[in-house]
Amino acid sequence: MAETLDIRNLHVRTEEREILKGVNLTLRQGEVHALMGPNGAGKSTLAYVLMGHPGYEVTEGEVIFKGQNILELEPEERAHLGLFLAFQYPVAVPGVTIANFLRAALNAKRQAQGLEEISILEFRKLLMDKMRLLKMDPAFAGRYVNDGFSGGEKKKAEILQLAVLEPEFAVLDETDSGLDIDALRIVADGINALRGPERGFLVITHYKRILDYVQPDYVHVMVDGRIVASGGPELADELEAKGYENLLATVRG
Amino acid sequence: MATPAVELLKELEEYKYGWKSPEVYVYKAPKGLNEDVVRKISELKEEPEWMLEYRLQALKHFLERPMPNWGPDLSDLNFDEIVYYVKPAEREGRSWDEVPEEIKRTFERLGIPEAEQKFLAGVGAQFESEMVYHRVKEELERLGVIFISIEDGLKQYPELFREYFGKVVPYTDNKFAALNAAVWSGGSFVYIPPGVKVEQPLQAYFRLNVANIGQFERTLIIVDEGAEAHYVEGCTAPLYTTDSLHTGVIEIIVKRGARFRYTTIQNWSTNVYNLVTQRALVYEDAHMEWVDANIGSKVTMKYPSCYLLGRGAHGEILSLAFAKDGQVIDNGGKVIHLAPDTTSKIVSKSVSKGTGRASYRGLVKVHKGAKHVKSHVVCDALLIDETSRSDTYPYIEIEEDDVTIGHEASVSRVSEEQVFYLRSRGLSEEEAVTMVVAGFIEPMVRELPMEYAVELNRLVQLEMEGSVG
Repeated sequence: MAETLDIRNLHVRTEEREILKGVNLTLRQGEVHALMGPNGAGKSTLAYVLMGHPGYEVTEGEVIFKGQNILELEPEERAHLGLFLAFQYPVAVPGVTIANFLRAALNAKRQAQGLEEISILEFRKLLMDKMRLLKMDPAFAGRYVNDGFSGGEKKKAEILQLAVLEPEFAVLDETDSGLDIDALRIVADGINALRGPERGFLVITHYKRILDYVQPDYVHVMVDGRIVASGGPELADELEAKGYENLLATVRG
Repeated sequence: MATPAVELLKELEEYKYGWKSPEVYVYKAPKGLNEDVVRKISELKEEPEWMLEYRLQALKHFLERPMPNWGPDLSDLNFDEIVYYVKPAEREGRSWDEVPEEIKRTFERLGIPEAEQKFLAGVGAQFESEMVYHRVKEELERLGVIFISIEDGLKQYPELFREYFGKVVPYTDNKFAALNAAVWSGGSFVYIPPGVKVEQPLQAYFRLNVANIGQFERTLIIVDEGAEAHYVEGCTAPLYTTDSLHTGVIEIIVKRGARFRYTTIQNWSTNVYNLVTQRALVYEDAHMEWVDANIGSKVTMKYPSCYLLGRGAHGEILSLAFAKDGQVIDNGGKVIHLAPDTTSKIVSKSVSKGTGRASYRGLVKVHKGAKHVKSHVVCDALLIDETSRSDTYPYIEIEEDDVTIGHEASVSRVSEEQVFYLRSRGLSEEEAVTMVVAGFIEPMVRELPMEYAVELNRLVQLEMEGSVG
């Protein structure tokens, strides 16, 4: 049975103001949902809150995954459960190679699931397989996590992590931002390679551009902390044609 | 027929039980320092007259010289409460029960064999690996390398010894150098003949010779022209001692075209004042590197130095300080450029945790006439808690115009964003912080021999345990 990630009436605030004002959204394994919206709509906040960033306060609502309200879990427990966030701004960890980092992360997840640690040799094989799948240079795994990476390299590193950790649900927070067309294509190819019945995606984006490469099953539009429109891929085209303001006017009618 | 692997296993088995019975003769000096104590040490070591005279002069200088008025607070250090000479057998008269639990726990976690644990805790009898040691010894002898205790150096090579002893670090250098010169005991004497390249690191007798973990160790190393070697002292395991003062002097001469690296991993128990003078004279086109990791002790003051005496000489100092609750680690390095075309690099990494305080204190000095000098200093500090502290005292004295000196310093904290990023991948908060720390010290760890690097990483993990949440 396909798992669902069920966001129910989610209200979130920072110290200054309320950002999410009742978000409802249900994702199913195997589906790709795009979440679009203007800057400041609360898209990235939603991504952070799903993963458990400590800078936000949830005032109402719940997110149900595998029968639990994951808002009550630590970020690492959500990761162990099968949730993944590809960051808009991935953080550098100088001195730690991607390979060592990923092995530690994978083993933490396996340990939480009661599985044996993966051996260095097995891990190496797994990592090389994933890098081949994503058409990455094996030397990339020996570089320090996001340290001195270009924008494109950072996003590639996020996709590699996604491939190795094999989550049930992946939230991609503006993974397309700041990428030139070649980098965008590489990242999009990576996402497509990792699509499948066992994985659900929430692709957060400001522009339709990435959706030309990653075909979504559903498109949602978020404005001012609420999802104001949902539909099929055609909604993205409509949005592109009309712009957010016009769409907003139509919705508010 | 037994395969070499089987033989090795057998040997290791014997090595495991390779105990030597304690020495019968035991001597322990009374507390405090005076001429009688110094005379007794010299007498017990059957030293020549000149050495006794040297010790007595040093003692006089030590007594006259005031305490340093800079750096960490040493006011709790009471010279009258210290035992200045203990014949090794006495040192081992301690029981395993007296060894603090935390130290035993660290031994276990580092995977140190039980017999070695006891030795390191000063409980075991003298523990030497005759088998393994002899094999290495034969190989070194074939190359003409001398690697013996400092006492044997004085006895067996009196002329070579006297030519260099006290020439790199004279007893007038500082109060603690004077103290060491008066009461020194234990340490290594090393001579590498011209052109000889020693592949394996020379380890202070596989870290298992009691003479090398003495309180007042003295080491003299001469690397002759074109020779190459690497010396490693200390270990990652905590060295438990009830003695509260460790004052070593390390003298190194790196002759023309030679290359030498001296690596220290210091993890004294946290009751120890660790005040050490390490200095190298580096001649024309020679290359000297100090790799210095300080994890233990109550207070450490240690600034390995290179005196670049010949054209084209190069000096490098790579230091790591990891100061935890209550520890003060004041380290860094000194490079004195005395010849043209000399180059140097100082890289200092410090981690402060809890109320720990790690400081970088360094000096780059360029004398008049030392043209075309290049020097680069990098100090990076990582603070783990709000209460942690790091200070930087970079001194630069230049008497020559034609020089290139660079200095970079950074202070960072383990950031909330880094921790969240790592947690989002499934690491706990503690694992996340530990990973940031491990990454920070990685440039240092990668310079260590493999087994030390592995142990150092494990040690950092252990030190970080229970530190968050």
